[in-house]
Amino acid sequence: MTSDVDFDSVHLVDVSRHFGRRRALANVSLTARAGDIIGLLGPNGAGKSTLITLLATLAAPSKGEVRYGHQLASRLGPALRTRIGLLAHELHLYPELSARQNLVFFAELYGLDPRGLVDAALESAGLTDRADDAVNGFSRGMRQRLALERALLHRPRLVLFDEPFTGLDDHAVGLIADRLRALAVGGAIVVLATHDLDLADGLVTRVALIRNGRLISDEPAAPGLRARYRAQVGAH
Amino acid sequence: MFFRTAWLVLRKDIAIEAKSFEVLTTTLFFAVACVLIFAFAFVKEGRPVEDAAAGILWIAIAFSGTLALGRTFERERYGETLRALLLAPAPRAALYVGKLLGMLALLAIAEALLAPMVALMFQAALFSRPLLLVGLLAGGTLGFCSVGTLFAAMLVRARSRDVLLPILLYPIIIPVIIAGVRGTAALLSAPPDDATAIMWLGILGAFDTVFLTLALWTFEPLMTE
Repeated sequence: MTSDVDFDSVHLVDVSRHFGRRRALANVSLTARAGDIIGLLGPNGAGKSTLITLLATLAAPSKGEVRYGHQLASRLGPALRTRIGLLAHELHLYPELSARQNLVFFAELYGLDPRGLVDAALESAGLTDRADDAVNGFSRGMRQRLALERALLHRPRLVLFDEPFTGLDDHAVGLIADRLRALAVGGAIVVLATHDLDLADGLVTRVALIRNGRLISDEPAAPGLRARYRAQVGAH
Repeated sequence: MFFRTAWLVLRKDIAIEAKSFEVLTTTLFFAVACVLIFAFAFVKEGRPVEDAAAGILWIAIAFSGTLALGRTFERERYGETLRALLLAPAPRAALYVGKLLGMLALLAIAEALLAPMVALMFQAALFSRPLLLVGLLAGGTLGFCSVGTLFAAMLVRARSRDVLLPILLYPIIIPVIIAGVRGTAALLSAPPDDATAIMWLGILGAFDTVFLTLALWTFEPLMTE
């Protein structure tokens, strides 16, 4: 799908989100720009995944607004989603299908020509030899690499990662971290929700700390992330 | 883009089913078991209870359809692939149509087995008016699936989805089941009452139009959390 929709910043303006009576996010304002790798850090239940879900247009804010450039998601319509990629802990892959079938399906769903594109993605994931094997026979690392390529097939501007490193070995974590840096250098807006402070330290360019649904700090990354996290959020 | 997306979703579901036949075999097994149990209960010394065939046919369709809905959307729950579909730059209603077409195809196969089986075991002249029978089955199945697909998609992330699906679904599709049963019963009377069957077919068409329109209209807002 060709789309004229593009943006070089995303703005959350006084965003709140409630699920029934439970408050998941309260009055969060945050701006992410092209080239940023924003680390969303906070304890379990802080609201990180809710924030990612709002940015992905999978949920609407109860209050406030999310702007892509200067436009609201509701004005941009489905075409906005050609510019958003999401990699979560759940991998968004069909285990019964092969790696190639998964990539072809999602490429076509995004209106892309899978020829060439899918082969390149398989090579990038290091899965060329296993392209026609069912995904349910893959290791966690192989699935995660495939899921990463699936999420980036359409070259999104806004790349959202929700705990992408869970259950991965050091090698796989390194590969994803390198890819993430390359995306930011290429002009993507990267938002990374993670518990892994050691990994975030040295990878992210900005740190947004969230606790109880509130943004308690948003500042450039600097050494000593763990100490700052302890001081502002509590023990980790 | 709308119909292309629906086709892609349908083709994907067929490709997955072709690898495992899991949902198809489960649905067919359940449907056949359902009819067999009713046959043991309602056929005495080779003589079936009068007018039971139409109800049994539709009960088997509704029960096996509910099972198929649950199993089909369980696949989208595993790996949260429904969220990946919702992230695609296509009208979200197209995803609904794709899933709906898959359910219709699945139940059409089940009905192709169920109808002759019920006709045989309950000595029912179901095929005396084959076009009307196909019309009633198609109309009833569309009504059932249009609501069922919407609810099953909504409940994908609910913990007690297996309990909630029939609780939400059956009260709403009761008019469809009644129209299906009464229309089919009209075909089984001697001689077949074509006028009554056509009247119920018309009512089914009206239900289908309302249900399908509402489902297409509400799918996107309901699926946006």
